[in-house]
Amino acid sequence: MQPREHIAGIIFWGATVLSAGVTLAVLGFMVILSLPIIKNDMILEVLMGPWSPDHGLFGILPMIVGTLCIALLSLVVSFPVSLGCSIFIEIIRPDKFGRFLKKFVRLMTAVPTVIYGFVGVFLLVPQVREFVSHGSGMCILSASLMLGLVISPTMILFFSQSFARVPKTYLNAVDALGGNQFQKLIYLLFPQAWPGILTGIILAFGRAMGDTLIALMISGNSVMLTTSPLDSARTLTAHIAMIIAADFDSIEFKTIFVCGGILYLMTSFGILLARFSAGKQN
Amino acid sequence: MKKTTVTKWVILIAMFMVTAGICSASELDSFTGEKGVLRISGGTAHIPVMKEAARRIMIFNPGIQITIAGGGSGAGIKQVGEGLVNIGNSGRQATESEVSRYGLVIYKWAIDGVAVVVNPENSVKQLSGKQLQDIFAGTILNWKALGGEDRAINIYTRDESSGTRSVFWKKALNKGIISGKANFIVSNGAMKSAITNDPYAIGYVSVGYIDKTVCPVRVDNVTPDLDTVKDGEYKVSRGLYSNTRGDAPGLAKKFIDYLLSPAGQEIVAQKGFIPVN
Repeated sequence: MQPREHIAGIIFWGATVLSAGVTLAVLGFMVILSLPIIKNDMILEVLMGPWSPDHGLFGILPMIVGTLCIALLSLVVSFPVSLGCSIFIEIIRPDKFGRFLKKFVRLMTAVPTVIYGFVGVFLLVPQVREFVSHGSGMCILSASLMLGLVISPTMILFFSQSFARVPKTYLNAVDALGGNQFQKLIYLLFPQAWPGILTGIILAFGRAMGDTLIALMISGNSVMLTTSPLDSARTLTAHIAMIIAADFDSIEFKTIFVCGGILYLMTSFGILLARFSAGKQN
Repeated sequence: MKKTTVTKWVILIAMFMVTAGICSASELDSFTGEKGVLRISGGTAHIPVMKEAARRIMIFNPGIQITIAGGGSGAGIKQVGEGLVNIGNSGRQATESEVSRYGLVIYKWAIDGVAVVVNPENSVKQLSGKQLQDIFAGTILNWKALGGEDRAINIYTRDESSGTRSVFWKKALNKGIISGKANFIVSNGAMKSAITNDPYAIGYVSVGYIDKTVCPVRVDNVTPDLDTVKDGEYKVSRGLYSNTRGDAPGLAKKFIDYLLSPAGQEIVAQKGFIPVN
């Protein structure tokens, strides 16, 4: 019994070290491959400048801004809808219908993003173009609307999970005090479920930043620094996808490792923030 | 009497099938007994021809598997150079440094033009070379200035890996500026659907991709089509190339030979490109 447990322990320990090690190694890999840029004192230029390879400019600032704008706007679009949906599922109709809706949301998580991309290109983009009568319709707004749909299941499931975790006795107490549904929501459920809601938001934000296809297909991928949600923009992920085919020795190619590193740091910062906020609340 | 008619028919049909078999198979004969996987990637202009050739070969000999991916000319050259694929297609000639680094062997099997296209609803069907450059540079911003509707011009261009882009940029724009506001598209097929879906768009595609969903623009009074590209009147043209690392071995060699055979060249013409043989 004893040696067996020992072996199992070693195997599990190994698995943990391996997966954590690989995650860290990826960051190391990004940093090492970005070294040529860092050594040549180009890092500031790359982080702060515009992108125009024909003129020797390799800045990724427009892509960083584009990524943040698209991810933030998709969150703004998706958060109220997701919150409303999870309240409906868990509190207003926790019966068969609510459970059916929840199954449906689970199904949404399984739809590949490329499908949403197609829908966006053929249904959403023409609508946006005619509605705003400016530009091609391939813009931050279109990408954010579609991305909002992609990240909403993550949020809905997280939110309803944290609503469901509020103890039944508390709910009964509110009922006994004669509180109505609205009061229950504002004074009991929101404060209790807040850490879960926050974690859901931050994870959804990470998912929005990490998504490649939606932005690549819908946002237009232009390299200008964006000034309006109706501008075409390029995300870091789409930028990497487009530049990966460039010459290995070119500076273009080397800068995509900086992109990868930045993306890595931005998402891990978000996750740390989520952990920290959840931990603090508990 | 009746029996003889039936026999006659049977013999006739059998003879027909044999001859048809010989005719269609003659150029595919070299694939007899071959087995294995052939991986192709790169230029997106090449894809219609690649697909048709692959379809015929795989029907003739189901033991052969041919996969075709896009990625753009840059990707094709890089992937064949790194040994990830057997054939890397490019819509531009591989640069000297690419050829020397990877030891590429280049096979040219078609000539293609790169045409400026707009949406069929657009009333502007004619531009001067200067106007074209100004549009792409972002100095002409509205279709109204060109006699069209009062709507902003939406520019569509291709990614850095595109051979279509490098040819268009060199020969149609004289290496001029492409506006930073341009939308980036990653294949000829996607470019066509983007232009089809946007009434205020301007972009450029391989001539082989032009059909009634997009409208080619006359530039300096030359309509880009097969005839004008063939006789050299339309200047924005290029070869379509397949590259291999070193001399093409086995299946890759046979595939390229098939493209260059009369049957292969017929596919080239049928898909809207100009055969080289």
